[in-house]
Amino acid sequence: MNYTQHNAPIHEALLRHRKNRVVPFDVPGHKGGRGNTELTEFLGIDCLKADVNSMKPLDNLIHPVSVIKAAEELAAEAFGADAVFFIVNGTTAAVQAMIMSTCKSGEKIIMPRNVHRSSINALVVCGAIPVYVNPGVNHALGIPLGMSVEDIKKAIIDNPEAKAILINNPTYYGICSNLREIVLLAHEAGMKVLVDEAHGTHFYFGENLPVSAMAAGADMSAVSMHKTGGSLTQSSFLLCKNDISPGYVRQIINLTQTTSGSYLLLSSLDLARKNMYLNGKAMVEKTILLAEYAREEINKQGGYYAFSSELMNDDTIFDFDLTKLSVHTAEIGLAGVEVYDLLRDEYDIQIEFGDMGNILAMITAGDRHFEIERLISALSEIKRRFSKKMVGMLNHEYIDPEVVFTPQKAFYHDKKSVALVSAAGHIAGEFVMCYPPGIPILAPGERITKDIIDYIRYAKEKGSSLTGPQDMKVEYLNIIDF
Amino acid sequence: MELWYSEQHTDYVRFSLKIKEQLFCGKSEFQQIDILDTYEFGRALTLDGYLMVTEKDEFIYHDMIVHVPMATNLNIKKVLVIGAGDGGTIRELTRYQGIEQIDMVEIDEMVVKACRKFLPQTACKLEDPRVRIYYEDGLKYVRRKENEYDLILVDSTDPFGPGEGLFTKEFYGNCYNALKEDGILVNQHESTYYDAYVEAMKRAHKRIMETFPIARVYQAHIPTYPSGHWLFGYASKKYDPLLDLKEKEWNALGLTTKYYNTQLHKGCFALPNYVTEQLNEA
Repeated sequence: MNYTQHNAPIHEALLRHRKNRVVPFDVPGHKGGRGNTELTEFLGIDCLKADVNSMKPLDNLIHPVSVIKAAEELAAEAFGADAVFFIVNGTTAAVQAMIMSTCKSGEKIIMPRNVHRSSINALVVCGAIPVYVNPGVNHALGIPLGMSVEDIKKAIIDNPEAKAILINNPTYYGICSNLREIVLLAHEAGMKVLVDEAHGTHFYFGENLPVSAMAAGADMSAVSMHKTGGSLTQSSFLLCKNDISPGYVRQIINLTQTTSGSYLLLSSLDLARKNMYLNGKAMVEKTILLAEYAREEINKQGGYYAFSSELMNDDTIFDFDLTKLSVHTAEIGLAGVEVYDLLRDEYDIQIEFGDMGNILAMITAGDRHFEIERLISALSEIKRRFSKKMVGMLNHEYIDPEVVFTPQKAFYHDKKSVALVSAAGHIAGEFVMCYPPGIPILAPGERITKDIIDYIRYAKEKGSSLTGPQDMKVEYLNIIDF
Repeated sequence: MELWYSEQHTDYVRFSLKIKEQLFCGKSEFQQIDILDTYEFGRALTLDGYLMVTEKDEFIYHDMIVHVPMATNLNIKKVLVIGAGDGGTIRELTRYQGIEQIDMVEIDEMVVKACRKFLPQTACKLEDPRVRIYYEDGLKYVRRKENEYDLILVDSTDPFGPGEGLFTKEFYGNCYNALKEDGILVNQHESTYYDAYVEAMKRAHKRIMETFPIARVYQAHIPTYPSGHWLFGYASKKYDPLLDLKEKEWNALGLTTKYYNTQLHKGCFALPNYVTEQLNEA
């Protein structure tokens, strides 16, 4: 069959399947919802009827030959990639597949320290060695930036045997590195470029946005279609280009990905790709207008600083994603996490995250003016009711780690538990993360310092949710036991 | 042929009116707008299929939203009305000579246009020189005002659809900020007879109580609204609606009203036990 971007092959196959009224004597056992009426009432019968198993007319995610293959090819065309894989284990799985497809045990990979936990998890699994590059830091805002080209150059010269460079682009805050230049440098040195593009799906479809990984010539990219592309949570795309072998990548993905890929997730990816290809330009335009309006109104209130492209510096903030609404809150005497909690607890508004000095609200084409007005008004109320004199803001988010062991060696090493307050000087045996955004404060194998302990205690005090350690309260840490 | 309009008051209850003819049908950026001529209730405005006003019983709603706060503070000079596209609230306000300025903020211009043409009974005073109409989101308008109004009336639709933002804590907080130190806020407060509305009413009441030192609820009987029993919220920084009622002075104004009187003013804050319980749970 000859498919175009107006088709959604998986979706269409599911519609045909439903029309054929095939009698199910296979899994799932709810059999179109009849076996679980409460769930069916909750989710709707159409949803349960689309929750089916792989079968010949619906193809098979672990070895696609028909409709999934066609949908992957359409996605490749839409994203300007050579090959695309549908991922149903979250962008985490896509990031891990990128690293495991390009680095083996003992091989080096260059990456910024403010990577998502999924990247370091991949190193625990595959045994690759991280070479961390400091992201730049904006001290006034307390946010990590992109990677500087000079730092990348130096890392390449110091580690010529490294196999790949991983880049977060855009960062959670919407900050982009000079991707084109980094790709050139890496390719000259024979290294692959992997992009964690979790927050950049819309770059492929809108105008006035930073360059996408594929357009910049990167080799692989993990795209969270569910974040800004409109598919269901947990669904993602892995994009490949240049001389990455799709057959090998498929084998890597199949090491860990489920053999019963959810058709709810697969069809959502398929339809989201179609929607973004056909309507993405207008959707992104609307999103930027909403975000720009919100920034203007929030900045008018004073106290807050909704930052944007004016921060661009041709290097660590090479470009800025205008759809992101990041607001610096520290000047009104409130930590970002405090504003984040107030918005939800007092005003029934859930935003994406709050860190020590900032909040981030996700704006998409799914928003309306009403919600934007509510957010702006709630922020003005928070300022009126809760603002304090700015005191005691811990003004740095980024702590340069000393990597003593590889993440894998540290993770599997004998460990003992010590009180957080007396952990300085030891080597961490586990992660400590502030969630959201899920970026590690400590990773296995890193030296624990007083700065790090202070930061953990400060984050706890401000109400951040800390995850990672076996001790859920993070009063004790596992350290390497010699 | 018989033509009937029905509103679904709950999943299992319908309220129906026999229609003579449909006078207006339009879809704005915000909602579906219809004006119907009914046999029993005269002309009626519906938004997204929900009944807003009828000629026969609008006087009850408009009397109660306007005269209760006006009789509590006779020095009200500057009023902000949010919603009120049909004009009935404005009509009642313009009867007070002491009011100098009425700012009306209605999100949907098409509602006002349609009411001017087909509902002159309520829209008749929108031309009053003291009235200024702003077509924008009420939440956005009020956010930018500080210490400006003596009275804010929230004559809104239900807490779903375009009126959603007017039942939020940020809105009540912005209103508090826009009011003078003796300001009063009155809002339409839904009804709680049917279970589906109880949570929304409780939440609204809780949010107002958290924002204003004085927060009360009063009632009226409005035949075309779900259950016929309707609530209003009264909130103020300073005036208690019963202790500060200016009974003599208001009666001396000599206004003729069809529903409101100062005896009823005193009585309408006495609520049925089930409503009091719900409010106590808020």
